[in-house]
Amino acid sequence: MRVEVDRDVCVGAGLCVLTAPEVFAQDDDGLSGLLPGAGGRFGAEVREAARLCPVRAISAVREEGPEGP
Amino acid sequence: MKETIAFPQSRSCPYAPPAEYSALREAGPLTRVSLYDGRAVWAVTGHALARRLLADPRLSTNRDNQAFPVTSARFTPMPGRRRVALLGFDDPEHNAQRRMLIPGFTLKRVAGLRPSIGRTVDRLLDSLVAQGPPAELVSAFALPVPSMVICDLLGVPYADHDFFQTQSRVLLRGPSPEDVVRARALLEEYLGGLIDERFAGAADGDELLDELVRRQRAEGRRDREELVGMALILLVAGHETTANMISLGVFTLLRHPERLAELRADESLMPAAVDELMRFLSIVDGMLRVAVADIEVAGETIRAHDGVVFTTSLINRDSDAFPAPDALDWHRAARHHVGFGYGVHQCLGQNLARAEMEIALRSLFVRLPGLRLTVPAERVPFKPGDTLQGMVELPVAW
Repeated sequence: MRVEVDRDVCVGAGLCVLTAPEVFAQDDDGLSGLLPGAGGRFGAEVREAARLCPVRAISAVREEGPEGP
Repeated sequence: MKETIAFPQSRSCPYAPPAEYSALREAGPLTRVSLYDGRAVWAVTGHALARRLLADPRLSTNRDNQAFPVTSARFTPMPGRRRVALLGFDDPEHNAQRRMLIPGFTLKRVAGLRPSIGRTVDRLLDSLVAQGPPAELVSAFALPVPSMVICDLLGVPYADHDFFQTQSRVLLRGPSPEDVVRARALLEEYLGGLIDERFAGAADGDELLDELVRRQRAEGRRDREELVGMALILLVAGHETTANMISLGVFTLLRHPERLAELRADESLMPAAVDELMRFLSIVDGMLRVAVADIEVAGETIRAHDGVVFTTSLINRDSDAFPAPDALDWHRAARHHVGFGYGVHQCLGQNLARAEMEIALRSLFVRLPGLRLTVPAERVPFKPGDTLQGMVELPVAW
């Protein structure tokens, strides 16, 4: 699984950064994204951040490897 | 036919939903209430349903919609009234306004403000200590803390606090519709003056009003009305809401000495305690929307033009989302409360508010360890049901 943040949807509430600061960060525009290399980390804090996000901008996507899903 | 319950009603305990709402809780998650003018609207009381509907674009917050529900005669739309920024608009207009403001409220910005919030809090506590007990804590602490913080952030002179605090109170509490309109005009005139000064000068300060003026310049435009609207909502929402959370938070902690002792023994509980207090106190007890299309939900149909009210205090005490919801518990995960709203309109300043509450509450009980009420708890005046919930006065000694 990989974590993704939809920046078109993000409203800058900052709850993901508050909840999982090792994974998410806000850029200068205040929109959230993943810290470099953090996309593969999918623990309890990331699930909580996804649950808290007021616009459901955080999602887990299945990685399509060479062997298929 | 069963009589519809009136909404809003005043609390009998300042930190608990009115007893009359228990029937709504039982009839939820979607039921009916009647407003002051006799109009029946939908009331959402369940947490899962509230999150679903607050995220539904078919529920509008456009106050220009003739069918928008009104909870008090003083909020009756007046001719020529302009919508407030952010909360008066739906997307895409709302989103465009919000995106201009988000950079001013990031966690990094809030972290940078913490030392100055701490100094503000310490200064106020120094004066309280120097002056000695008794004191009235709303005017001496709960209101000045967030007022000073938002003034610093926006670039509004705190020296004018008597003016803007008084007019903000009238804006929210009236009593008459004319009072509300006049208070708003005075605040807009005042903020417009501050913005004009920046348009006339370099606007090279690091306050938010300077940043917003510079941003408009960079975009080659000059929209005074847009900036006045934003400044107005940030100033009012920035001090009135947090002031109520501090005053009601202190009152609630004094009424729960075991929970207060627990917090004092372990300061690391403070961030969780702040969100639990947000849940428990639900100071914005009634968020309004109007349907712009039919919505089939919870076995009912919310029709276009129907009004919808989200009963925050009941949503935040839905036992499906918060086990034993009537207990104050620092150890529960409470951050999914809707005390800051939910959906695209969720509070822009929520992390600033969290920082202010954490610092204010922690420092207050450290500096004044013997803090106590000087009158019986049931005689401490608090606000009526049709406005932000909080204490009118908080007479204390230590």
